[in-house]
Amino acid sequence: MSFKKLVGLSVLMSSISAATLSATAYASERLTGTVSLDGSSTVFPVSEAVAEEFLAVQPKVRVTVGVSGTGGGFKKFLAAETDINNASRPIKDKEISIANEKGIEFIELPVAYDGLSVIINKENSWVDSLSVAELKRIWEPNSTVKTWSDIRSNWPDQEIRLYGPGTDSGTFDYFTETINGKSGMSRPDYTASEDDNALVQGVSGDINALGYFGFAYYAANQDKLKVVPIDGGNGPVAPTAITINNGTYEPLSRPVFIYLRKQALGRPEVKAFVEFYINKAGELSTEVGYIPLPEQTYVRAMERITRGEAGTAYTAGAEPSVANLLSAE
Amino acid sequence: MNKNSTLYCPKKSAAQLRNRQRKAKLFAHFCAAVTWAGAALLCVLLYQVSMDGFKWLDLQFFTSFPSRFPHKAGIKSALVGTLWLITMVAFIAIPIGVATALYLEEFSHNGRVNRLIELNIANLAGVPSIVYGIIGLAIFVRGLALERSLISGALTMSLLILPVIIIASREAIKTVPMSIRHAAYSLGATRWQTAWSHVLPASFPGILTGVILALSRAIGETAPLIMIGALTYVAFLPEGPMDSFTVMPIQIYNWVSRPQQEFHELASGAIIVLLAVLLIMNATAIFIRHKTEQKLK
Repeated sequence: MSFKKLVGLSVLMSSISAATLSATAYASERLTGTVSLDGSSTVFPVSEAVAEEFLAVQPKVRVTVGVSGTGGGFKKFLAAETDINNASRPIKDKEISIANEKGIEFIELPVAYDGLSVIINKENSWVDSLSVAELKRIWEPNSTVKTWSDIRSNWPDQEIRLYGPGTDSGTFDYFTETINGKSGMSRPDYTASEDDNALVQGVSGDINALGYFGFAYYAANQDKLKVVPIDGGNGPVAPTAITINNGTYEPLSRPVFIYLRKQALGRPEVKAFVEFYINKAGELSTEVGYIPLPEQTYVRAMERITRGEAGTAYTAGAEPSVANLLSAE
Repeated sequence: MNKNSTLYCPKKSAAQLRNRQRKAKLFAHFCAAVTWAGAALLCVLLYQVSMDGFKWLDLQFFTSFPSRFPHKAGIKSALVGTLWLITMVAFIAIPIGVATALYLEEFSHNGRVNRLIELNIANLAGVPSIVYGIIGLAIFVRGLALERSLISGALTMSLLILPVIIIASREAIKTVPMSIRHAAYSLGATRWQTAWSHVLPASFPGILTGVILALSRAIGETAPLIMIGALTYVAFLPEGPMDSFTVMPIQIYNWVSRPQQEFHELASGAIIVLLAVLLIMNATAIFIRHKTEQKLK
């Protein structure tokens, strides 16, 4: 008996708290059905957290999250097998044309920032910052940089050893596009791993190492690693929750997205879930190690859902940077 | 030959004998070292995994769904998913595998077709598991429209382990002495009666060994399941073969790739559970094998 009361009370409480979150009355009715997500492993922790919280509000809705990479997820999304795709990069032109062919309309919703962090060994005393041009000289294909002194002449004449994500990773795509000018273009002679934890291990054990990966991995290993402030033209800035959120950590802050199939929005459980997602994205992304977007971006995202605005803000060639995201109309 | 040499040249032969014995001893030591190296490696792995994972093993770990908070996260959906999957795989793959082996050994007499099938099965045993995932995605998930369900996963996994079961079962059936078959035939038994009541029971222990190996492989596979769309976050338990699911290796992989140390330890906890499930499965099979072996004697 008391258990029943307790359940009743908690349902009441969760519906009250949910009702205060949003004007939409998604907790007033018990929804059922399934909401299926798939895609990027980078976005997975955010979606998992949202799904977990949504379960408390709508226990009858089955939310499932898969991990098959941004590209693999889009394949399922564009075959209408999933409702939402987690993406660590904007949708590609090739994927848009498949969507058009199949008559699938998608709504693009940015949910959080991930600041790509350039990392060196804790014992490295000479590097205090790197400019975007220097990063390009290090990482471009046919790069001639072999020692630290090849970057700046007053740095030691020791071999530089590079670590980075493998070519299947969205992080790799974003870094190469932003730094080298074309997605997928990179010098091949570096230690590549799809497992960011392996990169953390590599850099923390090698004084001549330089690597890059997502901010969350740096944040969880700050005691073992040193982050390099990046000069994007306005002086060196280190990635922190503040500099990524306010857009001063440029150009290596990237937004991560969910893509919603517009046709699925007709199902009340899907609509309730994405609205819940956007409402909670800021708070929950912080909890799992990402940086929330500025508040007005979430407001814009919510408008896109209510108006059913399909399409992408990223036309061919445009960098998915912070400035772009905010000005995107 | 050796007799001759002992006759004419005893000194030299004694030296040769010592030399050969030394070689034999050396080889035995080498084999022992290799065996112990494997065991030691396993011990190191177990030690490391238990050091990290044991403190996370409590009731809560078994009764909770995945969570972003390590202390709230559990393996309920993954463990139940694995048990569902492995049971379904056993029900699909064992009858088909054993029946195939029985047919090839006891009934079929077409040598050329047999050799062709044999060659195919041997080759299939070496195909990388991800390829089975692609086949499963094309045939079961999309072709037969079974979607991303337990049954798709179980059928795909069954394909993966069928060659192992067939090959092991055939070897086991081959070891049944001809005299048993002859005895049955001489008493007027039909071929079916001989195969079912004599050959199959006599080869049962060997078949079981193959089945254990095959199911152990299936329980640890991730790649084909990710390919056919097994999920990572599932906060409900599957109620039937058409439900979506996750399994323990996927949950372990997900936790290992998280940035936070606590999740790595959770992964160790899940590895311990997976090992325990495997051990229980194998122990049960060994127990059954022991029982039937005694009965046969």
